Amino acid sequence: MQKEIIIAGFGGQGVLFSGQLLAYAAMDQDLHVTWIPSYGPEMRGGTANCTVVISDQEIGSPMVSRPSAVIAMNRPSLDKYESEVKDNGVLVVNKSMIDREINRSGIRVVLVPGNEIAEELGDRRMTNMVLIGALLANLDVLPISALEKALKEHLPERHHKLLPLNLEAIKRGAAYITETV
Amino acid sequence: MAKELLKGNIAIAEAAVRAGVNAYFGYPITPQTELLEWMAVRMPELGRAFVQAESELGAINMVYGAACTGARVLSSSSSPGVSLMLEGISYIAGTEVPVVMVDVMRGGPGLGNIAPAQADYNQIVHGGGHGDYHPIVLAPANIQEAIDLTYSAFDLAEKYRSIVIILADGSLGQMMEPAELPPMKPVIMRQPEWATYGAEGRERRFLSSIYLDPPEEEEANFRFERRWQEIKANEVQFKEYFMEDAKYAVVAFGTSGRIALSAVRNARAKGIPVGLFRPVSLAPFPEKELAAMAEKMESLLVVEMNAGQMLDDVMNITARRTPINFYGRMGGVVPMPEEIEAEIEELTKGNISNETHPRDRWLAHMGKMN
Repeated sequence: MQKEIIIAGFGGQGVLFSGQLLAYAAMDQDLHVTWIPSYGPEMRGGTANCTVVISDQEIGSPMVSRPSAVIAMNRPSLDKYESEVKDNGVLVVNKSMIDREINRSGIRVVLVPGNEIAEELGDRRMTNMVLIGALLANLDVLPISALEKALKEHLPERHHKLLPLNLEAIKRGAAYITETV
Repeated sequence: MAKELLKGNIAIAEAAVRAGVNAYFGYPITPQTELLEWMAVRMPELGRAFVQAESELGAINMVYGAACTGARVLSSSSSPGVSLMLEGISYIAGTEVPVVMVDVMRGGPGLGNIAPAQADYNQIVHGGGHGDYHPIVLAPANIQEAIDLTYSAFDLAEKYRSIVIILADGSLGQMMEPAELPPMKPVIMRQPEWATYGAEGRERRFLSSIYLDPPEEEEANFRFERRWQEIKANEVQFKEYFMEDAKYAVVAFGTSGRIALSAVRNARAKGIPVGLFRPVSLAPFPEKELAAMAEKMESLLVVEMNAGQMLDDVMNITARRTPINFYGRMGGVVPMPEEIEAEIEELTKGNISNETHPRDRWLAHMGKMN
């Protein structure tokens, strides 16, 4: 088993942290995992992405050109990665930030109004958790419970009051399940 | 101890801390800055020495001075910063003091960029500084290996009074992977019989790289070369994957080595009998092992993130008896597994001849692609 996941969006959307959360969850499941960020001269508001590879054997390349799944948190990320998702892969799209149709077929497209759900929950910073919930509900890689456990164990102590909200956001996202078309 | 999710730069720094490093001197540069940052926190916290110098020149000469006292010393930088340090590195080699260096390579030449590259292979493996000297060069391909190599690097440096360079690249420095850190060694001030830590109650010692009398300098050079023979005999490290029944082999180190592993697996899934030979010690290079392996192969593919610097060594070692193809990406561009897989498929066509140089064929081939 090997799954490659690219999470992409604006800096500040929690792209790197969601990837790390996946990596922690995979590590706690005794799987091999690599996390690698784009680390160009970037800043808040610029684009950011990270690649997470999860496998049951020693991982070769930590970078991929055809990922099993992509979370596109904004329009530039969708434009960049839509065509790269592997056939039968998963494309999770933050519908709140996208003003166009999805062109790809042969993959599972999961359209999630991430910003709206996060705002309903009362905190826009939850968007990344909503989308990561949607990812795990559609990609056979890790149980949602592993993600919840990782969040409890690796969310910085000062943010622990936000735990219930994060868990709720993951659940809300996980309700979005679609089929390959 | 349990595994932790660790970033490469920080893993290397903490491995050095746990190996009992007494002093760190450095100057920040991307993509290795987290290494220095980690030391800035950890070293003072543990009552050890940390100095962010005014420049790489300052840092390497502080390293030189501290190493003369017998202390375990570390410095780290990235390509352009290492270029600045080379004068000091040559002095350190000429003075025969043990030092551990980390080079997290980035795209070049010149200021270049901060993306991963392997274009400083020749600079590091074949000297870089002036004079005849041989650093021990170790190239990790994953974070556990980076930790293990760093942890043992100080013993290695002290055993041979040599420079040990951990040669990594931006992707290894920036990526995270679960890995296990070793136990903390006690931090002690060593007092080797050559070190200058204060001569009270004993005869004065003198450390220098100056030998004004040429025969005396020649004698020192013979000592370096004989020591290098010993290092070559004892300290070779490499890893093999899928080599048992291989007819073709990829030769690649560090990050391009691990990327090649993905390509080799994919090619194996298609039934191609290909393996991977990954040198871990680039100096001493696994010469005998590579030569013996190459004898058994129909052809080799050398993959690097440069224009074929290790390729020249592989061609020398195999005496061009085995047909070789080369594939390289440069300037901070990382080869993807699919590109390497396509090159592996090229090997199976069996029409490679060493009558033309692999680099020439690669350039012609890339000309068609770009």
